[in-house]
Amino acid sequence: MSSLNGMSFNPAMNRRGFIAGVAGLGAMSILAGCNSESSGTPAGSGEATSAATFKIGGIGPTTGSAAIYGNACKNGAQIAIDEINAEGGDVQFEMNFQDDENDAERSVNAYNNLKDWGMQILMGTTTSTPCVAVSSETNADNLFQLTPSGSSTDVIGGQPDADGNVAEPRKENVFQMCFTDPNQGAASAQYISEQGLGTKIAIIYNNADTYSTGIYQSFKSEAEEYGLEIVSETTFTDDSATDFSVQLNDAKNAGADLVFLPIYYTPISLILAQANQMGYAPKWFGVDGMDGLLTVEGFDTQLAEGCMLLTPFVATAEDEATQAFVQKYEEDYGETPNQFAADSYDCIYAIKQAIEQAEVTADMDFSEICDALVEVFTSGDFSYTGLTTGGEAATWSDTGEISKQPMGMVIQDGVYMPLDA
Amino acid sequence: MEALTNFINGLSLGSVYAIIALGYTMVYGIAKMLNFAHGDVIMVGAYICFCSVSYLGLHPLLGVLLSIVGCTVLGMVVERLAYKPLRNAPSLNVLITAIGVSYFLQNAALLIMGSDPKSFSSIISLPALNLFDGALTISATAVLTIVACVIIMVALVMFTTKTKMGKAMRACSEDRDAAQLMGINVNGTISMVFAIGSGLAAIAGVLMCAAYPTLMPTTGSMPGIKAFTAAVLGGIGSIPGAALGGVLLGVIEIFARAYIGTQLADAVVFAVLIVMLLIRPAGLLGKPVNEKV
Amino acid sequence: MGIKVLSPQARSTVFTYAIVVVAFVAVTVLDGMGFISHSLSGQLVPICAYVCLAVSLNLVVGVSGELSLGHAGFMSVGAFTGVVVAGCLTQAGIESELLLFVISAVVGALAAGIIGFLVGIPVMRLRGDYLAIVTLAFGEIIKNLLNNFYVGVDAAGLHFSMKDSSSLGMTQGTILINGPKGAVGIDKISTFVIGVVLVLITVAVVLNLMHSRDGRAIMAVRDNRIAAESVGINVTKYRLMAFTVASALAGAAGVLYAMNYSTITPSQFDFNQSILILVYVVLGGMGNIWGSIISAAFLTVLPELLRPINDYRMLLYAVVLILVMVVPHLKIYQRVTEAVRSRLAHKKPAVATEGGEGDE
Repeated sequence: MSSLNGMSFNPAMNRRGFIAGVAGLGAMSILAGCNSESSGTPAGSGEATSAATFKIGGIGPTTGSAAIYGNACKNGAQIAIDEINAEGGDVQFEMNFQDDENDAERSVNAYNNLKDWGMQILMGTTTSTPCVAVSSETNADNLFQLTPSGSSTDVIGGQPDADGNVAEPRKENVFQMCFTDPNQGAASAQYISEQGLGTKIAIIYNNADTYSTGIYQSFKSEAEEYGLEIVSETTFTDDSATDFSVQLNDAKNAGADLVFLPIYYTPISLILAQANQMGYAPKWFGVDGMDGLLTVEGFDTQLAEGCMLLTPFVATAEDEATQAFVQKYEEDYGETPNQFAADSYDCIYAIKQAIEQAEVTADMDFSEICDALVEVFTSGDFSYTGLTTGGEAATWSDTGEISKQPMGMVIQDGVYMPLDA
Repeated sequence: MEALTNFINGLSLGSVYAIIALGYTMVYGIAKMLNFAHGDVIMVGAYICFCSVSYLGLHPLLGVLLSIVGCTVLGMVVERLAYKPLRNAPSLNVLITAIGVSYFLQNAALLIMGSDPKSFSSIISLPALNLFDGALTISATAVLTIVACVIIMVALVMFTTKTKMGKAMRACSEDRDAAQLMGINVNGTISMVFAIGSGLAAIAGVLMCAAYPTLMPTTGSMPGIKAFTAAVLGGIGSIPGAALGGVLLGVIEIFARAYIGTQLADAVVFAVLIVMLLIRPAGLLGKPVNEKV
Repeated sequence: MGIKVLSPQARSTVFTYAIVVVAFVAVTVLDGMGFISHSLSGQLVPICAYVCLAVSLNLVVGVSGELSLGHAGFMSVGAFTGVVVAGCLTQAGIESELLLFVISAVVGALAAGIIGFLVGIPVMRLRGDYLAIVTLAFGEIIKNLLNNFYVGVDAAGLHFSMKDSSSLGMTQGTILINGPKGAVGIDKISTFVIGVVLVLITVAVVLNLMHSRDGRAIMAVRDNRIAAESVGINVTKYRLMAFTVASALAGAAGVLYAMNYSTITPSQFDFNQSILILVYVVLGGMGNIWGSIISAAFLTVLPELLRPINDYRMLLYAVVLILVMVVPHLKIYQRVTEAVRSRLAHKKPAVATEGGEGDE
């Protein structure tokens, strides 16, 4: 009972004064903030920016446990913007990227902050749950939103599940650069069955995570159709993502010949290390969240040998655009870019291309820009080819989804190789 | 055999919790504060070891030593700057300060080390033990963690019961004012406790990352909370209690996952904890305190 | 505590309500004049929700003297119950937003209150840090259960499942709670006015309880349990009462919070959220209701104010937190304030009589 008995604290008077002082400072700065913001805020974004500069907002976690994804998006988009601005065409961009700590509330705060800044187009948000919250804000405001990696179907809305149940109506102004989660699950099941990679499947997924659960659910419902037998289904949460011995033993005892990992690469690196320690070596199959595994500093890439994954982007691809991007990224940020960086790089270029096709200008209101861009994106004659589209032209349907095919990759000698080659 | 495998895995996970919980319980027992930043000191320790091995190319043992020294210094500095001014403040204020320190360490690590995870491979490169013709495999890390846990626990018990410093600590824990009257340097003693607790955190950090080799700025927070739970379960302030609580928590966690299902494992672990505390309201090895009127 | 025109208690009560009303009027007026940024106006409802949470937690931590680390759990019970209720009502064809909110908030508060009562029965056998850890555990259990909880509604009524959304056994319906994905597609019906009303209700409930006979009993238990017991106060009853009322209020705040975002997930209401609310209470002062209001509002706005410094934002937030706790206890600060106060006292001797410390 040590904690609470000493309730009568003497310096409270002093503390009160101190808090009042700090709070006063805070209040002053709020007002100061209001004043400075209100001058530049309202729709007339003309005076602050030159006529040709579009104000792009970005949102993603740059602090907290998901910081790696937000930072990748921020950096990838920045490279694209620097390139575009250096080229000096008609369309110029200015980006403001705000932190949301992977939290819906903070994300909406960040969105409002960007509105004060005069954002015209939103490139974000990075993670799914905040993206669902923010996309309904942009929908209400009619502000164009293209998310690099918010892959949940609730982000775009209007996607019924297998039984026709809908959780969220379609948000017409929101589009995705990444695959939707069900899309990835179904594609994985199809791929595994077509390539004959395994018949007895074990799944380890994160049941506190929207992304992971979404892929798992669609994988499970599709697997049966493709004649795959799921012999073991185990879960973990962010709080228990350290020890995977039980999950691995379950898969091993069930005789699984392939373990499907619809999760991010950080837990995958732990799973591979622990499986190695217990001498368990099935085939591993991941989705785009597995990308990044090879670039974990200090990771023994030997462990990842033979891992397969479906991903839209690999940093070791040979084409010129990818190599230029990877080189620039490594120069600027000292890391190898992952798919989040590539997706947001593509977002910026797709937005640029759409702006050019729609012939909107930077002095237009965000709502007008939105209407024009939505029309272009859903027009059918708009297509985009970039780092994450596998060399083919991708189009968007009016559901907000992108049509691109994931590439099957396998890790050999520490690099990704195309799987079906 | 499967149960035995699970038991050993639980023991290994539990030993990590136990070492962290020992640090918690030391600080709580003497300074009477819940040091929520303890989990983050673990993370700092692991980063120091990682950096000195990967960047400076030092021998792993030297890396461990450096991280112990680094964390000890960090613990003392934090104590001096953030906790010492609050010596006579209500302990909830100290709790909030500790949370502030925890945020600070996490965000500082994020700024310095970046957000991408580091993999902490092969600090311990010994072969795994194979028993019963390979039916049971025990990794070297698991053995080392369990052994380290036992050694640390015994050493701490010896230290607090046999040495002069240890006795001073117990005196401070019993009655700070009386201890001061007896000529014990209370501030020095508490500072010493933080040094020891943080040193332990460094060892825990290295062992944890050897067993579960992924290191991020938030690595320490969840094990920190689990270890706090373990320390309370064992009876907070009791050294053998912390070790017992940690091991039990690890074993229960693994068994819950294996036999009840992975989906509800967390809920089961905490439910067991609640039931145990209801049966023994002062923890397993805690002394029930008789309140004086 | 000399009795002036008003007793310190009454003065403090008036002051507490005045803060809320003045803040409301000021914000409304400024908003009308276009001085409120999007950033601030977007935070008005969450600020109200956090104020309610801080005030209700203050009832447990400050007034009743129990350290609770699971307040976010009750918030999430209220939030998810509210979402389900609102979903059902919408299905049933109720359109009035105010009615939707009121019914959801009442049911949400009731659900959280019932859970709080059930949790409280075992919890109140424990004390101090053991109680703290059990509340933490309950918070985690609630989060874990909600992660496996699926609720849907269609023409046939409500469907529940603990497995996945496809075993809900419904077609052409609306999924209200979808396991770890939480609830999506929530109608945003919370407004600042509703928020302020809820704050006033919360403050009124807590203050009235504190100033009632029951409240004095609760504080007596906090100050000296054994003495209280010896004069015949039913200790468990009063501790449980404070805990249940606080849980119910947290549930209502949870509904307010949920209805302000189109999505909520179980993992949002985690240990860190509980800690955050606790920070508001400690910073505002134990048992000090207006302190909780100001500190909740201030600490909610602070991270947003720090946005211009980007990456250093959360680092600075941590530093502010530590400084606010530590600085008043530094010798230098105490000496300086002492000097300032004595100088002020020389000029205006009347200022010196400010009462009503600690307890409210």
